[in-house]
Amino acid sequence: MDAVWLARLQFALTVGFHYLFPPLSIGLGWMLFFYQTRFLRTKDAVYQQLARFWTRMFALTFAVGLATGITMEFQFGTNWAAYSRFVGDIFGAPLAAEGVFAFFLESSFLAILIYGESRVSRKVYWASSLLVAVGATLSAFWIVVANSWQQTPAGFHLVNGRAELTSFWAAVFNPSTLPRYFHVIAGALVVGTFFVVGVSALMLLKKRHVVFAERSLKSALLPAFLAINLVMGAGHFHAVQVAKTQPAKLAAFEGHWETGTHVPMLLFGIPNEKEERTDFAFGQKNMLSYMVGFSADTRIQGLKDFPKQDRPPILTTFIGFHSMVYLGGWLWMLSMWGLYLLWRKKAAQNRLFLLASALTIPLPFLANEVGWVAAEVGRQPWVVYNLMRTRDAVSAAVPAGQILASIVLFSLIYSLLFGVWLYLLKRQIDKGPQPLNEEAR
Amino acid sequence: MVTLQIIWLLLIGILIIGYAILDGFDLGVGCWHLFAKKGRERTLFLRSIEPFWDGNEVWLLTGGGALFAAFPPVYATVFSGFYLALMLVLLGLIFRAVSIEYRNKVEDPRWVAAWDFAFAIGSILPSLLYAVAVGNLVRGLQLNAIGDYTGGFFALLNPYALVVGLVGLSMFAVHGALYLAVKTGGELQLRARAWAAQSWWAYAALFLVAAAWTACCYLRNGVALPVVLAVASVTAIALIRVFSRKGEDLKAFFASCAGIALVMLAVVAVLFPNLVTASNDPSLSLTIFNASSSFRTLGVMLVIALLGMPVVIGYTVYIHRVFKGKV
Repeated sequence: MDAVWLARLQFALTVGFHYLFPPLSIGLGWMLFFYQTRFLRTKDAVYQQLARFWTRMFALTFAVGLATGITMEFQFGTNWAAYSRFVGDIFGAPLAAEGVFAFFLESSFLAILIYGESRVSRKVYWASSLLVAVGATLSAFWIVVANSWQQTPAGFHLVNGRAELTSFWAAVFNPSTLPRYFHVIAGALVVGTFFVVGVSALMLLKKRHVVFAERSLKSALLPAFLAINLVMGAGHFHAVQVAKTQPAKLAAFEGHWETGTHVPMLLFGIPNEKEERTDFAFGQKNMLSYMVGFSADTRIQGLKDFPKQDRPPILTTFIGFHSMVYLGGWLWMLSMWGLYLLWRKKAAQNRLFLLASALTIPLPFLANEVGWVAAEVGRQPWVVYNLMRTRDAVSAAVPAGQILASIVLFSLIYSLLFGVWLYLLKRQIDKGPQPLNEEAR
Repeated sequence: MVTLQIIWLLLIGILIIGYAILDGFDLGVGCWHLFAKKGRERTLFLRSIEPFWDGNEVWLLTGGGALFAAFPPVYATVFSGFYLALMLVLLGLIFRAVSIEYRNKVEDPRWVAAWDFAFAIGSILPSLLYAVAVGNLVRGLQLNAIGDYTGGFFALLNPYALVVGLVGLSMFAVHGALYLAVKTGGELQLRARAWAAQSWWAYAALFLVAAAWTACCYLRNGVALPVVLAVASVTAIALIRVFSRKGEDLKAFFASCAGIALVMLAVVAVLFPNLVTASNDPSLSLTIFNASSSFRTLGVMLVIALLGMPVVIGYTVYIHRVFKGKV
């Protein structure tokens, strides 16, 4: 088998698995801070109970996130040595900065959050929850910086056969960093808030820990609504930026072939790469032109403008992007429904809503994954957009057989970890919160 | 430029030494895990490292990131060259991370036993393999003109590297046992001391063998500094024994910290100015001068380090204060 293809498969597998966990940590991290703040303000013990329960769920997630994150950081060197030599002057710094500025913060204060409640004052404990959330959110910043530089490289020049830094700030705040960062963080908040909604709904459906679950559900409905609106807003600005900086990617998102104005936005379609058209296309006319430039006259480049060897795999990108949008639409409707029920004071009683919320638990994760697929597959065939091709980036020193072996190894371990993680989450949910009057260990 | 390159060598040295000292104690605890009595003792083992291990592993993440940023070709060559070994390290780290958090979540003896095993293997494997990698770096690797390793996997399992690997394993075993002696009381503390004493003999003997072997075959770049540091290392290792016999666990633990730092500095001195020595052709070696990032990147990174590292050390000290005392 082809070593490049295997290396890509391994990267997709390990990053796809890793990316289940940090968004949940970020989203839950802010929910924990919210509960701690409410508890400090109102002294209502329910908030303490909420904070403790969700902290335990957080801890289960953090461990897998950290462990699988180390794999990611090593993998540029192990599998993408040519890439590492080419971009190390720029790409390494954000990874190191993540450790120094963000990850130490998160992991140190998480220790206090999990094990230290009885050892520090109320205020320090509250501050720890803030620092954990801030740490997780900052971590994502540096990772998005590194990844965005692959999408829209800036602040460098090519000398000595590699990309060398000319401006740190231009590289950090390259054209796609901020739109992508807001979109990613909002996506993480969606995962965290809908997770709280879904798990609480599950408890209510099973009629377990009802009082607690009702409070938990109600506490997260408004945040979930805000988060899903935020992710859509940020997504819009991100798409406008993609149209400007990576037109081939936007064209692949939308299955758009012919350059021109009055471009429709497709609700459905099947891109046909052989015939260079999108079959069964169905959508809103002029909409894409409107979205990108607020006018039907906005010109949008089509895929035919790009030589075939410079086009991303269109079908995968298209499906990834569209499923993300569909999932977002569903989450938005669900959160509207939830808000309406909250207003009518029936959120915890409407079984259909509870069932829908519980079944929705995996969907925000899926939306993050397919969004990531659209972003990364849409960047192909480049590992650094317009600078280095993915096929030139791999480690020549690593034989295909060894990559295959590591893929098998990771698949086994990750499947096992995933099963264990789900099992422990389920146990925690069944066990429910500690009773109100019990003191912390 | 040269100054910056040397500063970065030292900074990465600090990060990796920091990692070895900090994660070294929890890896070391893991090495002894299966020797502890089932149940309560093993729970105490984990309790002693629970609040710290994740912060400790961030030193590895940061060290890896800093190596990537400051010496990209070295990161690329070493990580791709030691591919399978690193995959096993990752396997170990993943299992131990998860087992620390998950072991006590279910009260089923089979569940606990499975994670106990994962924790122990996940600690022993990286402890050994890190040092095998160091041994191979000192011995030198066969490189091509791009800097890719061409020697194959089994060439990495040579006798010299394996001896160095055992030095690393015994070093962490002593370190972890001393940490346990500091963090526990009663019968367990006495047993931890006994383990420290037993593994100390292995550590001391293996270190002397490895040092002699290095002196005879691999001192390519100067003699004075490596010898001075090796003597200092021997002193620190001897001090471990002196304090440990008097029952001064904390002092013995700090002597062990110093020992780890000095042994690793000795390795740096043996290699200097190389980071990866090409055994087939010295001109292909990756040195801190020919394999560094640009002046601007090293400068920016230095600012990041100067802003961030004092704060990081602040957190580390703070966390150890919050969770001080015996478990």
